[in-house]
Amino acid sequence: MIMFKKRKLISTATMLAVLLIAAQMPFVAVQAPAVMAQSEQPSCGTEPVTLNAYFETGFDIPFELADEFTNQYPNVTWDIKQDQFANLINSTPRLLSGDNPPDLIRLPTMVSFAEQGLLMNLDDYAAAFGWDEWPVPQLNQNRVGEDGTRGSGSLYAMGLNYSLTGIYYNKEQAAQIGMTEPPATLAEFEDLLAAAKDADLLPIMQWGSAKSGMGLAFPLQALMASVGPVDPINDWIFQKADATIDTESNLVAAEHLQQWIENGYFPPDINAIEYTDANARFGQGEGVFMFNGDWQNASYDTDMPGNVGFFLMPPAEAGGSPAAMSAPLTYGIAANAENPDCAAFFFNWVASNDVAREINVTIGGSNPGGPSGLEMPAVTEGSVINETLAAGVVVGEAGTSMDFIANATSAIFAQGWTPELQKMVGGRQDAAGLLEAVQAEYELELAE
Amino acid sequence: MITSNKRPASLAISRWVSRSKAAHREIVIGWLFALPALLMYAVFVLLPFVLSIRYSFYRWNGIGDMTWAGIDNYRTILEVPSLLGTISNAFRLVVYFSFIPVTLGLVVASVMQRVAPGRLGATARTVLFLPQVIPLVAAGIIWGWLLALPGLINQILKLVGFESYTRAWLGDFDWALPAVGLIGIWVLLGFCTVLLWTGMTRLDPALYESARIDGASWFTEFIKITVPLLKHEIGVCVTVTVIAALAAFDIVYVSTAGGPGNSTAVPGIQIYILAFTQQRIGLASALAVMLMVMVLVVVLPIQRLSRETAQ
Repeated sequence: MIMFKKRKLISTATMLAVLLIAAQMPFVAVQAPAVMAQSEQPSCGTEPVTLNAYFETGFDIPFELADEFTNQYPNVTWDIKQDQFANLINSTPRLLSGDNPPDLIRLPTMVSFAEQGLLMNLDDYAAAFGWDEWPVPQLNQNRVGEDGTRGSGSLYAMGLNYSLTGIYYNKEQAAQIGMTEPPATLAEFEDLLAAAKDADLLPIMQWGSAKSGMGLAFPLQALMASVGPVDPINDWIFQKADATIDTESNLVAAEHLQQWIENGYFPPDINAIEYTDANARFGQGEGVFMFNGDWQNASYDTDMPGNVGFFLMPPAEAGGSPAAMSAPLTYGIAANAENPDCAAFFFNWVASNDVAREINVTIGGSNPGGPSGLEMPAVTEGSVINETLAAGVVVGEAGTSMDFIANATSAIFAQGWTPELQKMVGGRQDAAGLLEAVQAEYELELAE
Repeated sequence: MITSNKRPASLAISRWVSRSKAAHREIVIGWLFALPALLMYAVFVLLPFVLSIRYSFYRWNGIGDMTWAGIDNYRTILEVPSLLGTISNAFRLVVYFSFIPVTLGLVVASVMQRVAPGRLGATARTVLFLPQVIPLVAAGIIWGWLLALPGLINQILKLVGFESYTRAWLGDFDWALPAVGLIGIWVLLGFCTVLLWTGMTRLDPALYESARIDGASWFTEFIKITVPLLKHEIGVCVTVTVIAALAAFDIVYVSTAGGPGNSTAVPGIQIYILAFTQQRIGLASALAVMLMVMVLVVVLPIQRLSRETAQ
């Protein structure tokens, strides 16, 4: 409603500006907002524009894209602030509602911001740019319905790319335990884990410090997808009515994880390992496997060139489809942003411009998404990026992608998954208790 | 008042009036000087304080409308074990942040004063005080490395044959809180030592001399002379360190962020998470108010006790 009012105001202002220009008062023309006629696509115009952006520290991709964008559109400059993801979770509501709301911001979660009217509704832009014709799953994760559930409704954010998670492996060590090809079933994978343990290798490197957020959520969710259907998990993440994480198949998955912990498949100090440490240690040859996302491709290729492979979590039953967590690198526009047209134009450019797509694949290591007809940029032979891109196609065709269970509510990761999984590692929580406790926290948070 | 009876009364009165005028003017000028600081105090301390109390009676996400909640927020804190648990963790930290640094500080200061009053003592004081000037966040990060499984502390343990005792200290349910406590001891020991040492230097040496003539041991001197005469300094040390323990945030946030599980979660961390991650400003404010009351309940008697005995 507010947006429509604003639009009306802007169009009135535009009309006034036109009238004033006609009356030969050119100084007003400079101040007139750059609003396009209905038939034209929104753009950054030709006047100088400064995009006010908040990016996530540690990810090169948006910075590289911003540089290239200015290269192609020299009238656009950037005012970029960056912060850790954990800090962004905390500061986003104030940034969006503040005096100088960002044109572009990395969004940790979105439902509550959309409900509070802090995020710009992108439906008009989707129509203007034809995003609606892109493959449906790409945009669905960024839609929020009027009932506050995700997955359908109005579009409130866009992905700069679409990341995928699975299992990385150290090729040398995998060969040592007799792995010639990726496991086809969960049982085969568990045989490999046991073989690694017998060979005195660390089966899985993973992080678990509360400072980084618990990394065991990755194998847990992969197990959930391996032993059960994907939809109930997505329903829970998207906050559908009566959804629960405490299901029979998820219990089986959590029991597998508990068994892995008890078998000593994870590093003994996992509760103190941070995300960056885990990656560094895996890069130095500690751990045969590691559950992680394709955003890590480029650094693995640097740390252990030619020695790292990737496969999707295999299904429990032979012949089933592998599944994966796959989420957009979500960015939104503040409801009161100064340059929403230019920011939306940037989204469209990232997905469709050749150079932008190449940056996205080679530096971000992820699928750039965009219209279905576009070709995937070429990647260096033998790099692990090829494997994650190929895996993305498999998941896309099988329709077995899920969002991340950490994204269900803004606090469920910090208050639910991380402490409860840490307790499981410390022998103070079991599989059933874990799901029960997280479900209770979820209901408590949604009740607020 | 130095007014002479021989002088006429009217003169005395006019002098008194002019003096009281001058005194009055001095008071006004004094307040004018204090005004900027008072204003800052009102805006940045008193106002947030009053607002926190107000928010604690509402349900509010920090942006939208506030709805009246009465004492619900306080009730929630008393009912949810993870919130109440943070308060018990804070009291456990008092042992590490207050009891140990003050006791150890007394011993160290006393040894320094007796054994090494010269250059060695000055060096020891500087080394002990150093943690005070290092930002706590940096200290937390460095201690994180030292206490990690491949860190220096475990390497030393291995070297001296205690390999079975090595562990990821900050990731261990039983040891994370003592490990955080150790960082607190390291930070606060220097403060206590320097303060207590300064107090000792003002004690009359004659007291010790006469005690020695009577054949008192170092320990007797320490218990009978040093500790009773330093009650005021000890009171200051205990007050500052107890507040540091109950209101701990930075050391805990940087070293463990409250984990593993909730084993090192303290009210400071919980208030931060409630307010900024969960957008539950009302509940966060209620916990903050409870924390403040808790600090007052603990600190006021200590203040009173140390003041009475010092007098």
